[in-house]
Amino acid sequence: MNPLVVPDLGLVVWTTVAFAFLFFILAKFAWKPIMAAIGERERSIEDALLKAEAAKEEMSRLTNENESLIKQARAERDLILSEARKAKDQIVSDAKEVAHKEGARMIELARVEINNQKAIALADVKNQVATLSLEIAEKILRKQFEDQQQQDELVSQLLKEVKL
Amino acid sequence: MDFRPVLNSKKITLGIVLSVFSLFVSVKALALQEKNPAEPATETKEEAKFDPTETIMEHISDSHYFHIGGKLAMPLPVILYTDKGLEVFMSSVFEEGEKIHGGKYYKYALVHDKIKAVTGEDKTEDTAAKVFDLSITKNVASMLMSVFALLLIFLSVASAYRKRIGKAPKGLQSFLEPVILFVRDEIALPNIGYKYARFMPLLLTVFFFILINNLIGLVPFFPGGSNLTGNIAVTMVLAVITLLVVNFNGNKHYWAHIFVPSSVPVWLWPLWWVVEILGIFSKPFALMIRLFANITAGHIIVLSLISLIFVFKSVAIAPVSVAFVVFMDVLELLVAMLQAFIFTLLTALFIGTAIEEHHH
Repeated sequence: MNPLVVPDLGLVVWTTVAFAFLFFILAKFAWKPIMAAIGERERSIEDALLKAEAAKEEMSRLTNENESLIKQARAERDLILSEARKAKDQIVSDAKEVAHKEGARMIELARVEINNQKAIALADVKNQVATLSLEIAEKILRKQFEDQQQQDELVSQLLKEVKL
Repeated sequence: MDFRPVLNSKKITLGIVLSVFSLFVSVKALALQEKNPAEPATETKEEAKFDPTETIMEHISDSHYFHIGGKLAMPLPVILYTDKGLEVFMSSVFEEGEKIHGGKYYKYALVHDKIKAVTGEDKTEDTAAKVFDLSITKNVASMLMSVFALLLIFLSVASAYRKRIGKAPKGLQSFLEPVILFVRDEIALPNIGYKYARFMPLLLTVFFFILINNLIGLVPFFPGGSNLTGNIAVTMVLAVITLLVVNFNGNKHYWAHIFVPSSVPVWLWPLWWVVEILGIFSKPFALMIRLFANITAGHIIVLSLISLIFVFKSVAIAPVSVAFVVFMDVLELLVAMLQAFIFTLLTALFIGTAIEEHHH
């Protein structure tokens, strides 16, 4: 047989020994820590990627939320403003109406009062005029009937006028 | 200063790769050349015959010397476990196979780069002696270096992971992390499923062990030059590990599929058992042959192309050879990674079918 295909037993023994030695040393002190470290790093990288993805989603969620919040706030503000405007108009118009009514009432009262006062004043004036007229008439009469003759004349005239 | 733009330029990178490979080629050529006159010179003086087969076989087989360059070779320790006891000495005592060494218990000689117990000076084999060769050969030495390199690399990477928890990888760590992730995401996860974590250490060790030894095999000079993953003993051990892991982790569905297949008529069961039990062994067997054949074939092709120069005894053929060898080396670089990937992938696939919950 060709010497190339005849395994040399010495080399078989040495290969077994060397390979077994290499295997046990490397398995314990190299492959175990290396595979563990690679696995650990891959896990941490995957973790970081997942976290980044989650953070991105959270960010976009927050942005959307913010936008909707802003929109909502803006709508609310508009609503409040328009309501305030309406309220203001209402109040102003109400106040105007009230003032108007009050004014009219007061004017009415004033007119009544004025009429009353006028009536009282007129009555007073009438009284004064009557008194004055009487006084004047008295004074005139007194002046006219100072002599006796005139008084007799008048009585006679008056007696004439009386028809029995 | 930032050099990255320079390295990023495709042309420059390609240039560097090609020049590195041509360096490899020239070293290979030198190695062959030096070998060439030394051996045939003993046969005939007049015409040095170059035997490419012998040279190539020598380069891809295991050796008791670690050749560095030229005549310079590092002797390696020889450890022999004989029926009388242990013998340890350096391979330099053989003086490149010239001498017979008288050990404590037997006499030893190098026959075709294998240590044999011999009776006398004529190198006839001592049949009575039972010698088990446990030497640190070139392949063993190369493998121990690769194990040391792997330990150094991955323990430092592991410490980087411990120090830099949760941070981005850096340096060697960032260079190797994609490969580790590739083994996990492309090999283990799709084939084994959610229980993959238990088998990751084995798959990673197998992958990097094969890869680094494939790559070391491509380097033609000293720390490299071995043909470890192209050695059937090594691929056999790796395949046996796959066989054991797959079958010891097989669940009841896996064994039921083999021994009591509900969809098969009972009278066919004996035949089914033969086929399935053959299948259990043929799958790892194919793994063993695939890796061995791919790597060995690559080495043989590269060495053959280099040998052309010496077969034709012409420098003129060198540029052609070199061009082809550069091409082959780049291809081998691909094969080195591809074979590490395929071996690991198939191991994962077999484990996956053995632990699958619902068998179809």
